Amino acid sequence: MQIDANEIQKIGKLAKLSFDKKEQEKYAENLNKILDFVEQMNQYDTTGITPMAHPLDIAQPMRKDAVTEPDVREDMLKLAPEANAGLYVVPQVIEDKES
Amino acid sequence: MEHKTLAELSKALQNKEISSVELTQFYLDRINKFDEKLNSFITVCDEHALNMAKAADARIQSGNFTALTGIPVAQKDIFCTQGIKTSCGSKMLDNFIAPYESTVTHKFNEAGAVMIGKTNMDEFAMGSSNENSYYGAVQNPWKNNTVPGGSSGGSASAVAARLAAAATGTDTGGSIRQPAALCGITGLKPTYGRVSRYGMIAFASSLDQGGPMTQTAEDAAMVLNVMAGHDVKDSTCINKDVPDYTSNLNDSIKGLRIGVPEEYIAGDIEADVAKCIEETIKTLRSMGAEIKTVKMPHTKVGLSAYYIIAPAEASSNLARYDGVRYGYRCNDPKNLEDMYTRTRSEGFGDEVKRRIMTGTYALSAGYYDAYYLKAQQIRKLISEDYKQAFKDVDVILTPTSPSTTFEIGAVKDPISMYLTDVFTIPANLAGLPGISFPCGMANNLPVGVQLVGNYFEEAKLLNVAHQYQQETNWHTMLPEGYSA
Repeated sequence: MQIDANEIQKIGKLAKLSFDKKEQEKYAENLNKILDFVEQMNQYDTTGITPMAHPLDIAQPMRKDAVTEPDVREDMLKLAPEANAGLYVVPQVIEDKES
Repeated sequence: MEHKTLAELSKALQNKEISSVELTQFYLDRINKFDEKLNSFITVCDEHALNMAKAADARIQSGNFTALTGIPVAQKDIFCTQGIKTSCGSKMLDNFIAPYESTVTHKFNEAGAVMIGKTNMDEFAMGSSNENSYYGAVQNPWKNNTVPGGSSGGSASAVAARLAAAATGTDTGGSIRQPAALCGITGLKPTYGRVSRYGMIAFASSLDQGGPMTQTAEDAAMVLNVMAGHDVKDSTCINKDVPDYTSNLNDSIKGLRIGVPEEYIAGDIEADVAKCIEETIKTLRSMGAEIKTVKMPHTKVGLSAYYIIAPAEASSNLARYDGVRYGYRCNDPKNLEDMYTRTRSEGFGDEVKRRIMTGTYALSAGYYDAYYLKAQQIRKLISEDYKQAFKDVDVILTPTSPSTTFEIGAVKDPISMYLTDVFTIPANLAGLPGISFPCGMANNLPVGVQLVGNYFEEAKLLNVAHQYQQETNWHTMLPEGYSA
């Protein structure tokens, strides 16, 4: 599997990253090298092996569905690049009918 | 003073031979003198630290103190600290002041430790040389223009140059142990789940673990005593009693079974490093340990599995940096899509983007089974290798890193950089504890040896390292030019 500049653009779209032409080529080369390298995994037969998602084979603990955290809404909003009336402000998403 | 270990400083504080304010000022002066060159700190907390020191002195006066009360500690800039910038080495978080305290730093605060500053690191802990920091590369105090290792490079450099009595690090694939080795200090990555990850900025959540970076194993035991323990705020943090890690440091290692994987002996290790490791094995044998060869056939491919799993988890974790709620936002976004894409493209550095891209690709439709699932299966095989080996041995010994430090800018190819973690990554994949401690010098540069233990056997690793440090002096060496 060879990744080219086009493929980098496609993956970039999924990851919300954009690259200029020169970067596309560099990342394509990097990713191809990485994928060639990890190819050695295929030298090992893993048929029937249960994938290991958690380093310790334990179940996820559950807690009571109770409020434990204080309200820090104002502190959180202070960190926002732009906030107004208790809301996060982002560029307009839905366009006006007239425009 | 700079020759004193944390354990010695702790006694001096309690005996009132020195005050925490004096000790804190001593380290602040050293930071002032040496850190312009080393660049091991992103933020130095002068005033804040001196206030904490005053409070610590009051605690000591009143008799209400712990072993770490008044001890100046450097925190890796990955731990959220309320009211103090937490950048994670990234432009993305250059303006981020955490609204809450991480569990780890909270525990240090409770113990009365003094936070002297926040240390430099590879951006989002992705790197093995600390060259990927938005705040510039960190220097290794052992040689001009060389790397301290990474990603906890600032912490390693700071402890090696005695700019703090101890530091914290985090380890996803070797980020505590490899810089500890390259800087000639002791570093411990605990069992996954031993130390809370709450407020520790996530890179790869199934691998990340915080731990101590110190001069000696005894110091590491004292610091781990503060860091370890259950936390309801981290659902992966294990609810298991924390022993006093200092209590069995003086146990004899007579009869200890040390496994040396035959696969590692044949690996690509610098000749001088291999020589130090052989000497270390001899020393441990002379101390009564039994050396056995073990087979770990799948650890070789651990690096491959890691470079799928870690980027996959990172691509998911780092999706949160979108310019909406905190951190960097690009100027003058045209629309929402433009804001997301430009914020991320401008805010992340090269290596972080490379990993996000690798992870996004590996998780994308059509490739998931071939890469991610396969890597998780390999992970299982590696874990089984360890399980098998621990039937015959108590700890497993390897070099920490295949080489000593290298020059800043010398390793340009990402894969070559990844290879520096070949010995440390398998323990992360299995979730096992690992320690690195200094075991010799090659061309006047420190070499580290790694021991990996069974789950929750941190005390055993610290015991072996401490016993070794009673027989040898490698851990006491200070780089030239860093005496007072």
